[in-house]
Amino acid sequence: MTAQIDDELWSAIADPSRRRVLDLLISNSEVSASWLAGRVPFSRQAVSKHLVVLERAGLITRSKQGREVLYQVQADRLDQATRAMAELAARWDRRLDAVKRLAEAAYANREDNNDRAQDRNT
Amino acid sequence: MLMQGLAIEREVVIEAPVEVVWRTITEPDQLSQWFADRVELVVEPGAHGFMRFGDQGGPVVVETVDPPTRFSFRWNYPSGQEPVAGNSMLVEFTLTPEGPERTRLRVVESGHELRDWPDAEKRRYADEHEDGWGEYLDNLVELLAKRR
Repeated sequence: MTAQIDDELWSAIADPSRRRVLDLLISNSEVSASWLAGRVPFSRQAVSKHLVVLERAGLITRSKQGREVLYQVQADRLDQATRAMAELAARWDRRLDAVKRLAEAAYANREDNNDRAQDRNT
Repeated sequence: MLMQGLAIEREVVIEAPVEVVWRTITEPDQLSQWFADRVELVVEPGAHGFMRFGDQGGPVVVETVDPPTRFSFRWNYPSGQEPVAGNSMLVEFTLTPEGPERTRLRVVESGHELRDWPDAEKRRYADEHEDGWGEYLDNLVELLAKRR
């Protein structure tokens, strides 16, 4: 299966402050928004906004425990994101290999042409 | 694999002079051989072009053209908008001659970077997350291991 990174997933993880929230959720499962807010350099409101985006992208889910709302990561979706990144890197490897082949062939051909031109001149 | 933040960095050493590599990565008829199926692109700063991959495709805007060492463009931005930092992906090629017949070609794809964070905050984040994506991956691996 090809790993696809959709826009929603991409923009959810592209924002560093959101990745920070996500990092905290990866290392600490089932935590509240207030707990998270105590560990990041931005406001409780900003944390709530990030949680909404992460949840919409399917990276986290919420559950209710008593009166508290707790958040946890969705490993499958996170795994999809990391595979998509690896796929993007692999795609660039294939492209760079192709550039290498083309450039080296172009240069070798030019050398042949120069050799032939020199042959004609001698 | 080196990923810092959300940047993807790859490189390759090519046994050809830098000018030859430059032509390979910037001339549309060459681009169509290694990059997209169809390329409509004038390699000039600010030029709008188009790349097609199979049945998919999208617009690109050239950003930097500094022959024969730097070429960059932006793509993957919302249709109808002009690409800027924050709404697009930036692809940057850097060519470094390592001899008369050898060139190191490096590509960095990065983007959707943070729009409205103050610089101090960005630096702090970078300092605290020096390993960037690497740490993120480690965390993920750890998490997945725990679940098994």
